[in-house]
Amino acid sequence: MLWLVLALLVVLCAGAFAAGRALAARRAEGGKAHSRPNQHAAYALIWSAAPAIVMLVLGAVAAGPVTQKLMLEGAPEAVQTLEPFRRQAFLGDAHRVGQGLEAQQLWEQPYAELLPAEGRRAHRIESTLTWGGAAAVILAALLGALFALSQIKASMRARNRVEGWIGGLLFACSVVAILTTLGIIGALAWDSLRFFQSVPPTDFLFGTQWSPQTAIRADQVGSSGAFGAVPLFAGTLLIMLIAMTVAAPIGLFSAIYLSEYAGPVTRAVVKPVLEVLAGVPTVVYGFFAALTVGPAFRAFFNGIGAQLAGGPLDGLGQYLMLVQNQMALVAGAVMGIMLIPFVSSLSDDILNAVPQSLRDGSYAMGATQSETVKRVLLPAALPGISGALLLAVSRAIGETMIVTMAAGLAARLTFNPLDTVTTVTVQIVTLLTGDQEFNSPKTLAAFGLGLTLFVATLGLNLIAQRIVQRYREQYD
Amino acid sequence: MTDASVPTPAAQAERLGRLEAGLKRRHAREGRFKLYGRLAIAFAIAFLVILLGRIGLQGYSAFTAHSVTVPVYMDTTRIDRAYPAGTNFELLVAEQQLARWGVADPDGSNAAALRSLYSSELKFAAAERVSRSPELLGRSTPISAPLSDDADLYFKGEIKRSTPEAQRRLSDQQMDWLDRMKEEGVVQRHFATALFTNGDSTEPELAGVLGAVIGSALMLLVTALIAIPLGVGAAIWLEEFSPRNRITAFIEVNINNLAAVPSIVYGLLGLAVFINFMHLPRASPLVGGLVLALMALPTLIIATRSSLKAVPPSIREAALAMGASRTQTVFQHVLPLAMPGVMTGSIISMAHALGETAPLLLIGMVSFTPGLPTSIVEPAGALPSLVYIWENASERAFHERTAAAIIVLLAFMVVMNAAAILLRRRFERRW
Repeated sequence: MLWLVLALLVVLCAGAFAAGRALAARRAEGGKAHSRPNQHAAYALIWSAAPAIVMLVLGAVAAGPVTQKLMLEGAPEAVQTLEPFRRQAFLGDAHRVGQGLEAQQLWEQPYAELLPAEGRRAHRIESTLTWGGAAAVILAALLGALFALSQIKASMRARNRVEGWIGGLLFACSVVAILTTLGIIGALAWDSLRFFQSVPPTDFLFGTQWSPQTAIRADQVGSSGAFGAVPLFAGTLLIMLIAMTVAAPIGLFSAIYLSEYAGPVTRAVVKPVLEVLAGVPTVVYGFFAALTVGPAFRAFFNGIGAQLAGGPLDGLGQYLMLVQNQMALVAGAVMGIMLIPFVSSLSDDILNAVPQSLRDGSYAMGATQSETVKRVLLPAALPGISGALLLAVSRAIGETMIVTMAAGLAARLTFNPLDTVTTVTVQIVTLLTGDQEFNSPKTLAAFGLGLTLFVATLGLNLIAQRIVQRYREQYD
Repeated sequence: MTDASVPTPAAQAERLGRLEAGLKRRHAREGRFKLYGRLAIAFAIAFLVILLGRIGLQGYSAFTAHSVTVPVYMDTTRIDRAYPAGTNFELLVAEQQLARWGVADPDGSNAAALRSLYSSELKFAAAERVSRSPELLGRSTPISAPLSDDADLYFKGEIKRSTPEAQRRLSDQQMDWLDRMKEEGVVQRHFATALFTNGDSTEPELAGVLGAVIGSALMLLVTALIAIPLGVGAAIWLEEFSPRNRITAFIEVNINNLAAVPSIVYGLLGLAVFINFMHLPRASPLVGGLVLALMALPTLIIATRSSLKAVPPSIREAALAMGASRTQTVFQHVLPLAMPGVMTGSIISMAHALGETAPLLLIGMVSFTPGLPTSIVEPAGALPSLVYIWENASERAFHERTAAAIIVLLAFMVVMNAAAILLRRRFERRW
């Protein structure tokens, strides 16, 4: 159906183009037209395509929700009183039955009995919507084309109008960025609000116990107490700190060496290598952390523990012998390595932006190269570099795959790098994969975490960009 | 300063000595500083080598597999002529093999142990053979099928006899049988075509990456169709048309921020808007492509803007002076000149989107999807999410396959990036 409508639309648009061209040529006969026939034709084309595309997009966005609403309103009592998750499944199966497919699950009475009728109703609703939508699209295209054709005359400024449309279209493209931001904020805020209705924000932000798995049971600590996100924030912070202790010095020293010491050949070799490191997908780092770095670190610490056990440091030895594959140190170290190219390329740019005259002045005073770097370049580049490090911090906080695969799931309030910790992103993934029930605080908590994450990274980015911007202007 | 005394020769020599010692210290410090830089770079490079080498070492063995060719006596008492697929061929073959070897099997446990060495593919291959040529019934015919994942790992040396028997998945007896098969020459090592022609499967020896490759390709298609026109359009507007006002500034700040939003947040956006609000099919390449498009948009806009910026203003001025309108100038002169840069930027951002995993987890692409995807609205897998699924699988044979899937993923990214570099080399113009 969709392809048929699209094909028809293409034919209509082509017709409008041809008609516009012919009409413009005829109406301009004898006199001098403002615009060329092709520009009139483009005008007709735009007027037939634009309304139709708007209708198509509206239809694509609205079809799902409208179907859902209609199905729900006409549904029998038994279906309406189902809990939301199963109701969704039932309506999904009704859709499948209506399409002539098998239902996905076996339904007990009375639902099994209701299913065929509901299937027919789903089919009716869907086909009505589809046909209605198709008719609306074609009608919009036809009306638009007729309007444009009626406008064509020799004195019409078709070119200016077409260019106005093009400008509008380009503007619309850039507005998508704003819409995305609004979409993110809207989606996160909406579901977070629903979450905060059952769990007060203060409990979420300052509570120290996180155990969402048990939130459905009635005999638990209390659903509000189980959603304290402080252990997650602590885990995120710990891993971020470890990552930055790896990434900041190594990235910074690489940048200094590349911009101050390395010759063109070294630069030509090392820069692409760092770019490769930056291009490796994070899931690959995660795999490496989980299956190579984790076991290696574990063997290392267990070995040390075996040496210490039985001696004066027996307690520590016993502890080290129990260290697991999943620990904050593994995730943090690998994440730090992932961030090296990020830090180094940003710092490299910033160091290169420091004017040569500062270096020359320092050398003329007899300073060595390292003294110049330490006493002149770094102080001059400090704001820029701190901005770059802040951007890296925001990256580390939002990074998901490495921590999901290597940090573990235990929500523990600890700053011991050898412990298993969990982070905000890990919990979002855990809460939203597998079976979900869409109105329980458990799944909604993911959106609360998402909102926190978004606000934190947005704040860091804004500050960092402000710093970098101001620093750039300083030497321009 | 007039009353400053002239330094005595002794004091002068002492000062010179201090200076020289200081100079030595300063030079040593200089050398150390330089060494730190070298070490940092060496560390980064070493890590890259270890990472790639380790994955290569872990994954290369997955590119070969072991198969066995066994003569199957098509026992008419065991095979239902009308429904051959209902026969337990693995057990049948195991029993016949034991009989050939003369191994007694009083309680059927030996047959069960031997049977587990064959892949379930044996059953499908035999059933298909019988249903295609029923005249084989009552006769013996050789059939080739993969060995089970554990048997395959044993031949590859991943499961060793030296491990205590209780800690490995194969018993001593099973290992003896495998050695015996090998001696008889019925086991072949060959290129693992199944890895490239199959979709995902719960059985490692039958699992392949093709389903995920197709899923990723469909997803990237959706991403490219949405992100490239939108991104280029937005970049043109911002670079060539936008008036300097609040709205423009706001859009620019917005784009810069979106580029730094964590990818998992885009996954939440996709889940809330595309799946829960618009009711688009979960885990489908359509939803995945939409999410990745939104995510790729900011970087694409930034890359396109910089290549538009690289076109010198004299080109625009010349076109405008000849009477072209602004639109004509941009679309007939500036954009064609900026095209190589635009294409390079697009390919690189698509390669980035290909490797992105976190948003896919949230829109349901981590569930097991067997078979090959056929359309953009059916649930499908994707390469990075396949890596994630296989990494979590408990079977050890999936470890080498995960590395192999990573190698395939990296190969695609290398090809895309190489294409981008070639384009840049071939068409880039310095003004």
